[in-house]
Amino acid sequence: MSLYHYAGHLKFAALLCAALTIGACAKTPGEEGLAGMGAGGGYGHGSAVPGSPEDFAQNVGDRVFFESDQTDLTSKGQATLDNQARWLQQYNRGSITVEGHADERGTREYNFALGARRAESTKEYLVARGIPASRIRTISYGKERPVATCNDISCWSQNRRAVTVIGGGQS
Amino acid sequence: MTPSLSRRQLAGLLASLGSVPIIGTPLFSAFAQERSLDVRTGGSFKPIPIAVTQFAGDGGAQVTSIITNNFKRSVFITPVDRASFSQEAGNPDQAPMMDAFRAVNAQYVVTGRSSRGGDGRVQTAFRLWDVSTGAQVTGQQYATDANNLRRVAHLVSDAVFSKVTGEKGFFDTRVVFIDESGPAEHRRKRLAIMDQDGAGVRYLTRGDDLVVTPRFSPTSQDITYMAFGNANPKVLFMNIETGQKEAVGNFPGMTFAPRFAPEGEKIIMSLSEGSSSNLYTMDLQSKATTRLTDTQAIDTSPSYAPDGSRIAFESDRGGTQQIYVMGAGGGSAQRISFGDGRYSTPVWSPKGDYIAFTKQSKGGFGIGVMKPDGSGERLLTEGFHNEGPTWAPNGLFLMFFRDPGGGGASRIFMTDVFGRAEFAVPTPTSASDPAWSPLLSA
Repeated sequence: MSLYHYAGHLKFAALLCAALTIGACAKTPGEEGLAGMGAGGGYGHGSAVPGSPEDFAQNVGDRVFFESDQTDLTSKGQATLDNQARWLQQYNRGSITVEGHADERGTREYNFALGARRAESTKEYLVARGIPASRIRTISYGKERPVATCNDISCWSQNRRAVTVIGGGQS
Repeated sequence: MTPSLSRRQLAGLLASLGSVPIIGTPLFSAFAQERSLDVRTGGSFKPIPIAVTQFAGDGGAQVTSIITNNFKRSVFITPVDRASFSQEAGNPDQAPMMDAFRAVNAQYVVTGRSSRGGDGRVQTAFRLWDVSTGAQVTGQQYATDANNLRRVAHLVSDAVFSKVTGEKGFFDTRVVFIDESGPAEHRRKRLAIMDQDGAGVRYLTRGDDLVVTPRFSPTSQDITYMAFGNANPKVLFMNIETGQKEAVGNFPGMTFAPRFAPEGEKIIMSLSEGSSSNLYTMDLQSKATTRLTDTQAIDTSPSYAPDGSRIAFESDRGGTQQIYVMGAGGGSAQRISFGDGRYSTPVWSPKGDYIAFTKQSKGGFGIGVMKPDGSGERLLTEGFHNEGPTWAPNGLFLMFFRDPGGGGASRIFMTDVFGRAEFAVPTPTSASDPAWSPLLSA
């Protein structure tokens, strides 16, 4: 199934959106127009509203991962960013924030710089795929915001990441 | 015989204490010859045994306890177990009978008293006696509000420490640090300050914003730190007495890794520019900013030599994090770290003789020192995960923090420049990023 095959249950999704997630709806200007197209078919999995930040996170993948102390994108990371760029062009005309993060095996100050580099390389890739640089803000959290906190590689590899956040905010 | 506070120190003390002065006056002159411990010769010395007798008066027990606790962590001197000498001092103003102290190999005896006067103020006095000659080495008395009694105990500790070792004291100091609470994924971090022994914790921020890496001015009660607010994360300046804070400069990106210049007149820091980070200074008076490095690398964690002539920093310009030294105006830099591993967070000793650092090697994070030319590298502690050394103002002690990883609680530790002993500094909860103040009375 193509990742960008358009999603179904639009009517239900629109109602749900109106009832529960007005804020999220308001932030996804692409949605109404696409809904009007009347496209059908299952979009990915989960119940996220197409075009919503949840949809982006669940069905496109909002993050890419890096090797230890590296800032080059992996081929898997590049594929994820290709999908992000397509989604962003399809659904979202607003600003986005790319957050760079590091694992805990580095000093605090160096990790701020390392996270900034990861955010920058992610931004540069998205710009090369047609997203205007003016829409992309970057921020580094260094090692201050891990998503996984065990003390081995299974966690460290999840924390070495760059997260694309729709509209800004913090992952 | 010089009093333990110089006139200049005393003037500074009076100025810094505002409406609650501690007035220190020397207790008559003494004639004992001074003996000093040369701590520069290396780590093979024996600590000097000192008998701290129970101070007389209603504040005596507290003062004695604080002094003894300080000396237990002072490495270069050691308190003789009070249970081992049966004789208490009796009249603290008269020379004690030295035989009992000779029997337990004490080289010095401290006597004193601390009691509340009719005006509510506390009078504290101490005398330091040389056991071998029976003569008084030094003495001092202090008048203060009762709520300054801890500081008086630290001043007494410093007076004894400096007289006995020939080195400056470090007990009348504070430590600013990051108080951590909550889960690692969204840890609440507050700026906090405490006495060097962990007493008197006070919070300087509420925990709404993520704050890290506070550093003391070497000349005042100001700090600089990095904060995540609503805008870009950036370096802030705060007066800890008034709580007043302001951004340091108006840079077009994230600023981090701040530290004061030795005279406190400017702040050096990193600015994130695209994928590189370079070093800048900002003069606190004129607000003028100066770029010091212009590389595609990560240049960060800058620290001035105490004379202000040079700057140590870390850079990955050669491939991995290493320590470099350059002139204070920027320009070419010499790499000084050549051991096995990655070197970061260089911090120049206030004495100028060492640069402390964090070293990553074989998965561990050690704290070490090396001379400013890179020679004489010595690790003081190893393991996972030590980071971020800070110097006591006398250059003989360091604090750092140890994060066990995996979301566990990090703690602050103190060690000496020779790595002979290590002590956990008590904090209310998880704590990191300690930064030692200058002497409060300097």
